[in-house]
Amino acid sequence: MSRLALEISDLHFTYPDGRKALDGVTLSMRPGERLALLGPNGAGKTTLALHVNGLLRADRGAIRLGELELSDDNLLEIRRRVGLVFQNPDDQLFMPTVGEDVAFGPANLGLEGDELERRVDEALSTVEASELRARVPHHLSGGERRRASLATVLAMHPDLLALDEPAAGLDPAGRRELIETLKNLEITQLVITHDLPLALELCPRSLIMDRGRIFADGTTAEIVADSELLARHRLEMPFGFGSRAAGC
Amino acid sequence: MHAPDGFLNAGTAVATGAISAGTVGLALRQAHRELRDKQIPLAGIAAAFVFAAQMFNFPVAAGTTGHLLGGALAAILLGPHMGALVVAIVVVVQAIVFADGGITALGYNLLNMAVIPTYGGYALFSWFRRILPASSGGVVAATGLAAWVSVMLSAMAFSIEWLFGATAPVSFTEVFTAMTAVHLLIGIGEGLISATTVGAVLASRPDLVFGARDLDRARLADRTPARSRVFVIAGLVTALFVAGIVSQFAVDAPDGLQRFAEETGFASSEEQDLSRDRSIFADYATVGIENEVVSLAIAGVAGTLIVAAVGSGLFLAVRPPRRDDDAVAA
Amino acid sequence: MGAGHAHALYVHEHSIVHRLPAEVKLAAVFVFVVSVAITPREAIWAFAVYGAILLVALMTARLHLGFVAARLIAILPFVAFALLIPFIASGETTDLLGIRVSVDGLWASWNILAKATLGASASILLTATTEVPDILEGMAALRVPMVLTSIAGFMIRYLEIIVEELGRMRMAMTARGYRPRWLWQLRPIATAAGAAFVRSYERGERTHGAMLARGYTGVMPRVAPRRAPTWVWLVAGLVLLPVVAVAVAALVAT
Repeated sequence: MSRLALEISDLHFTYPDGRKALDGVTLSMRPGERLALLGPNGAGKTTLALHVNGLLRADRGAIRLGELELSDDNLLEIRRRVGLVFQNPDDQLFMPTVGEDVAFGPANLGLEGDELERRVDEALSTVEASELRARVPHHLSGGERRRASLATVLAMHPDLLALDEPAAGLDPAGRRELIETLKNLEITQLVITHDLPLALELCPRSLIMDRGRIFADGTTAEIVADSELLARHRLEMPFGFGSRAAGC
Repeated sequence: MHAPDGFLNAGTAVATGAISAGTVGLALRQAHRELRDKQIPLAGIAAAFVFAAQMFNFPVAAGTTGHLLGGALAAILLGPHMGALVVAIVVVVQAIVFADGGITALGYNLLNMAVIPTYGGYALFSWFRRILPASSGGVVAATGLAAWVSVMLSAMAFSIEWLFGATAPVSFTEVFTAMTAVHLLIGIGEGLISATTVGAVLASRPDLVFGARDLDRARLADRTPARSRVFVIAGLVTALFVAGIVSQFAVDAPDGLQRFAEETGFASSEEQDLSRDRSIFADYATVGIENEVVSLAIAGVAGTLIVAAVGSGLFLAVRPPRRDDDAVAA
Repeated sequence: MGAGHAHALYVHEHSIVHRLPAEVKLAAVFVFVVSVAITPREAIWAFAVYGAILLVALMTARLHLGFVAARLIAILPFVAFALLIPFIASGETTDLLGIRVSVDGLWASWNILAKATLGASASILLTATTEVPDILEGMAALRVPMVLTSIAGFMIRYLEIIVEELGRMRMAMTARGYRPRWLWQLRPIATAAGAAFVRSYERGERTHGAMLARGYTGVMPRVAPRRAPTWVWLVAGLVLLPVVAVAVAALVAT
């Protein structure tokens, strides 16, 4: 039995202002799996994502990535392994040009010179954004920014990709491009979203998270078909979807 | 006040450049010590905010608009070191990337916009806080007053720079009086905007206001505007002291003496030549003043005020913050 | 008066000047403005030489004089003051078109006008031919501490976002009938500014998180800068030689 890609055990976390965001979260992912984390606003999904790469540290519980248990000593390696794509691309495109942004991560890992250039080229071509290399982030469209921010993370060759509302703010064409790109990526993916059709198309398995806990774990098709379950957690399929179960 | 090249002479440009470079270097070191790895993104974004805020038009009267300087505001929100660093970067980038302000004028532009209003403004803020209640209302009032006076300090500093580096035969006292009077008025807008902005930040994220970090939750919740009597008195006293008493010298003796001397024929070019030889002041700045000693007195008082304010700001900024300090509530 | 503008002044062309490495241009502009600043004002011939060299540079960069003139508006307040000087200054006077003006004042006026115009035009030449990320790289190549160029980079990156945010807030207020004309009506603007500060700060914290997530440990990674070849520096030096020579000659002669 191969090692789990991600193993979260009984995670608890309370924000400094007293808000308990994680109330005993347990979940696991197998390598190469695509898992959707569904849930309403304020459920703790983003908070959980920030724990997976050590930006936030839990009060109680453990996180394991492959054979590595998250601790103070291995944060750099953890951050190499977990690629977190933020909800707002502007938060993670902070360098003057896209190329420099994509280079930022690998440069921090010690790459330089030609090797660094190659890594940047590779990441940009994976998301079909090679022509954006010298562009200023502010002048890019929403879809282009999304692809650029994905490239900045892919350049670090992560083992696990955590995406926070990846389709938010994209027009339908941009959304389609993103889904296709993600489908072609052979990386373990944790997709945080409340875009149920996206989850249905991309991820065979889904979890529902609400009020800091996991409430459901099953195939996306089943979960999405259970409208009562969805409603209990402020979710619903968009108008006209019925209860189609699409294959992934 | 983004002065272009050639406005002041080379010696002044170099001297002010050295002072500014030294102070900004200090600010950089201190800010790094406080913020560590957060320094670059936070300073960068704060600088963007200051730049953006400086761009916006604020109504002054009958539809005319003015602009914010932002030094005191930056120091009160971010702390004097971060404030100075942030405004310095704004000024330098404006000169180099946006061609706004001469590159050789950076020395005095930085001194007047990034050093004096920030450290000096913060010192003023601290002094005002001593006499105002320790509450949100008090912080807001102190901000308004400090920002107002900081603008005047900046104007006075420019006049003193003119004394040493003037390139035109306009006397120091004329420049001083004009600048200080105009900025006394401009400062009102700066004070009001700064105060209201800090008030808005206090309402949603009080932890982001450096100048209010000693207040606990209860005192922060006290948003009653500082008793207007205290506000008005404090404002009047300071403004009067800064502008009135110092300007009195400017208005009274020298011009009167000058006119008298000219009319009665006592003023002679030889005297002026003599004073030129022994003076470190720019040849022009003391033109028209019978007695160099008087300009020195004005400059001295104003200069002392500025140095005291900036020095206090630096000193206050280096001391660790005091919590639960009743002394603050005077 | 320091109104500033967020739109960088870059003009897209394919001239030699555009292609020069940024650090060479930065150094050249610096040498030029310093030379101009230290030249005694009586050496009118020197300023004529500077002006000619600058004109050639502007033409080589395919910039229209009208463009430069429009950008020079920034120094207008100081130009106005400079023009006023002969009328308010003291000292020996003479008659100019029937009005008494100060002789020294006229010289002073000329001094400020010449230096301010030349200095500002050189800056405009720089920014019109060099894109902002390159200017920052150029500064780093000239040994400006990386902390400073990084902060400047972040500032430029997020400037337009914040300007737009403030603009949107302003639009929302106008849409609800807000038309301020007097000082005491500025409360909503200042309150919006406060909200914008909080949002900007929180964005800064998120960006910091994004940096940490990509392995940032407090020091910006060294992405090796391209070094300008020595011959480019030599050519630039040759072009600037007359400028420096003129400045020195003017200083010596006066």
